[in-house]
Amino acid sequence: MEQAIQPGMQPVATTFFFYLLSGLTLLSGVFVITRKNPVHSALALIFGLLAQAGLYLMLYAPFVAGVQIILYAGGIMVLFLFVIMLVNLERSQREERFNKQWVVGLVAAVALGVLFVVVYVKGKALFPYRIAQPLENSNTQQIGVMLYGQYMFAFEIASLLLLVAIIGAVVMAKKRI
Amino acid sequence: MLDYITSYLSSNTTPGQAGNVFWALVYIMIVFGGISVAVMAMNWLERKALAHFQIRLGPMRVGPHGLLQPIADAIKLMTKEDIIPAEADKFVFWIAPLIILCASFAIYIVVPFGPTHAITDLNIGILFMLGVSSLSVLGVVMAGWASNSHYPLIGALRSSAQMVSYEVAMGLAVVSAIVMTSLHGLGPYGVGVGTSGTGTLSMIGIVQAQQEQHVWFLFKFFPLGFIAFGIFAIAMVAETNRAPFDLPEAESELTAGFHTEYSGLRWSLFMLGEYAAMIAVSSIAVTLWLGGWYRPFPNTLTGDTWDLVFSLFPGLTFLALAAIAFVGVRRMPKHPYFRVQTIGLAGFGAVLGLIGLILFVPPVRDRIQDIYWFIAKVAGFMYLYIWYRATFPRYRFDQLMKVGWKVLLPIGIGVLILTAILGVVL
Amino acid sequence: MTDRTMFDLKPTDPKPADDKYLSHLELGEPDKTFLDTNELVINMGPQHPATHGVLRVILKLDGEKVLGTECVIGYLHRGVEKIAENRTYTMFNPYVDRMDYVAAVSNGLGYCEAVEKLLNIEAPPRAKYIRVILTELNRLASHQLWLGTHALDIGAMTPLFYTFRDREEILKIFEKYCGARLTTHAFRIGGCQYETYEGFERDVVKFLDFVPPKIDEYEELLTTNRIWLERTKNVGVISRADAIALGVTGPVLRASGVKWDLRKAQPYAAYSDFDFEVPIGANGDTYDRYTVRMEEMRQSLRIIRQAVEKIPEGPIMAKVPKVMKPPVGEIYHSIEAPKGELGYFIVSDGSTQPYRVRIRPPSFVNLQALDIMVRGALVADVIAVIGTLDIVLGEVDR
Repeated sequence: MEQAIQPGMQPVATTFFFYLLSGLTLLSGVFVITRKNPVHSALALIFGLLAQAGLYLMLYAPFVAGVQIILYAGGIMVLFLFVIMLVNLERSQREERFNKQWVVGLVAAVALGVLFVVVYVKGKALFPYRIAQPLENSNTQQIGVMLYGQYMFAFEIASLLLLVAIIGAVVMAKKRI
Repeated sequence: MLDYITSYLSSNTTPGQAGNVFWALVYIMIVFGGISVAVMAMNWLERKALAHFQIRLGPMRVGPHGLLQPIADAIKLMTKEDIIPAEADKFVFWIAPLIILCASFAIYIVVPFGPTHAITDLNIGILFMLGVSSLSVLGVVMAGWASNSHYPLIGALRSSAQMVSYEVAMGLAVVSAIVMTSLHGLGPYGVGVGTSGTGTLSMIGIVQAQQEQHVWFLFKFFPLGFIAFGIFAIAMVAETNRAPFDLPEAESELTAGFHTEYSGLRWSLFMLGEYAAMIAVSSIAVTLWLGGWYRPFPNTLTGDTWDLVFSLFPGLTFLALAAIAFVGVRRMPKHPYFRVQTIGLAGFGAVLGLIGLILFVPPVRDRIQDIYWFIAKVAGFMYLYIWYRATFPRYRFDQLMKVGWKVLLPIGIGVLILTAILGVVL
Repeated sequence: MTDRTMFDLKPTDPKPADDKYLSHLELGEPDKTFLDTNELVINMGPQHPATHGVLRVILKLDGEKVLGTECVIGYLHRGVEKIAENRTYTMFNPYVDRMDYVAAVSNGLGYCEAVEKLLNIEAPPRAKYIRVILTELNRLASHQLWLGTHALDIGAMTPLFYTFRDREEILKIFEKYCGARLTTHAFRIGGCQYETYEGFERDVVKFLDFVPPKIDEYEELLTTNRIWLERTKNVGVISRADAIALGVTGPVLRASGVKWDLRKAQPYAAYSDFDFEVPIGANGDTYDRYTVRMEEMRQSLRIIRQAVEKIPEGPIMAKVPKVMKPPVGEIYHSIEAPKGELGYFIVSDGSTQPYRVRIRPPSFVNLQALDIMVRGALVADVIAVIGTLDIVLGEVDR
């Protein structure tokens, strides 16, 4: 897996790793929604995120993979776990896990499935099949250049959103400021 | 096949970069074995050094001067009954130590022991290290929660809060070091273009940048590099849950913190992970600020004579260790009861001396240089860890948070901004 | 004083009537959301590395914050007071050593003096001086042990070994004097059993010269250490009024600013002959108690030096009847033990055995202050406060 990152390196057993990581991602996704214990769900989600990071590596996007690990697996999910651990789990396990809206759910699922099929059939032109072009030795730098050059505005908007979220969190958490 | 194996020997990169799976595996084996041995040695050294700080002798019974104590401990831990509490979440309980262990050891994939002595050189090396080391908090949290007991739970809460907080300060310090790598040959948007090994996240690249800029980042923009290094040095102690930030396993408060309910082999996995992580973060510090594998003064004290002098250090170190062992032999009581120990210590000294002599052989001497200097610098940090533990009381949880968020974080941001400004101005 | 209602340890929320299904909306208590942290009740002890023996503290926590504590004692109860009723006055003497086993000499002194008061006899001056020397040495040993364990609780490992190294010298003197190191049984009713051994004074003086630099050494490690300051300043504060109201004595009381030392207030043994200071603190926090005890160590050295210099010659045993039958009556005698006021209340019915012995152990009374000192503090402070109260469970439970 690591061998696949650097350009010039020979990727090893690409297909195998692709299916392994995809399988892990899907499997942990299923676990996330079927486990009764929220901690198990959260752990499954972490494994799913790590497997995704592996997929990013295979796509020659090491920076995204690293950020995925640091932020999602190492940061956000830890806080998730932190909260879940403090919640009264017995109570949550007594709750009904699936609500009775299966008709709506079924419709939504079918719609999504149809969408997938349509995209798969019609979208081939949009996403032509091609072998990923290994970037130069500067994937991270290119992301930086893109973020601070071409997509500066979007980047700033995102940071503003985050700022709003931070302030909101402080306001909500603190009863008296 | 043989060609495949030998072809790497002439290449000038790490096995990972060369794409040579065989040598990558060999390196992984060496690093894994080496780190395990280093952890054992560290265990012995910590007990001995701590004992001498505290006017005790430390382990003395198993082997001469307790040299075989880590092995005895390992055997004891492996043969101990493995207890899983009845109400524990078995799967999570089982997997938690493995996560910590994997996270600690995975860091070594990118640790550059020398220009080619790394398993691989990732483009995102330092990011990878920070990310993987941040995963170990998962293991801690899982261990604390799965034990289904109050002390481990509090330990896990403390630990997760602590590690997540100090990661921020640590990351800022690291970023200011990374900024330093790109500070000459600025291209558009301040990114180093056209300069080799600058503006990089790669561990090897960072070390080479220090060589090219003729300065350890510790001393760059004095005192900015120094402050950033200080922040990192504090945060890394907190990150590895060691004294004075050892709240998650504060013995006097939480009995043993998150691993209270663990015993035997699983517990030893936690310890192995903790010590491996200590060595790993020390390697980050060495790589980022202390010039990695380069010997001291590679640019000022140049010339064949100095090269020769510095290349003698590895052998001399081992000879010194052998000499210490022989002093120990001399000082052994003459009673027949101690004969085996005396012979053992003499044998150990002889082996050390032999290694020292081998290290004087020119081809070996030249090849071992980088690894020696890297390990020597890391060893300094390891000694600091022991020293801290002997000296400092433990912080309280809120004070720890205060130090992390109100002291280290603002200073870290300030240093980062100043570094960036200075880098552009100068 | 703070509101000190006892909390019950039952789960606070009763089970919902229909516990098969529970909606988020029915959780009630608007303040208490689904994500609210649970209150945690943890048992600290009786097996815990930092409760100094077998103290069990039930802590009610909100996260790390202490909402309340309850001390459960009695794990080391041996019925010492009851035993006293079935022993003669002389036979009971060794039992008191087992109460505060790190300050056995002080316990013995208190008991012997109480019985002497009851019998209306007085120990000869030389015996009194020996008693003072040994008791003050014991105070030093007790404080050293306190310092080591207190520092260890707060996370500084090293002072423990330093203090034990130096305490060893005191124990050596005890051993040479009476053959025992810990439960010394050094004194007898009416004086001392043993004359000082050859070279006793030399040993003591040697120790007096040996120890001050060592005390400086402890202080060097701790007094100005930033972490130590942060961990002890404004931690476990007990106000002057609270301290008096709770009957707290000893260094804990003095650290709150009350200059009350029985050695000065109602001198016993030979304490009126010596010149020494009673250190007091200002804030009544853990750091003050630390400085008070450190200064007390130095004052003890001062007392010992004066005692060794002025020690008179003469008998060491008063005239004591072979069979002790004190007159009917009762007596309360208290001394300043290292941990505070150690009192013996003895009721005599005129027989050879006491009718009732009631002991006022300083640790037991001081332990009461734990709750008021740690409410609203953090878990780590509980440890620091237990350490700073300097309790010995042998004495608390008796």
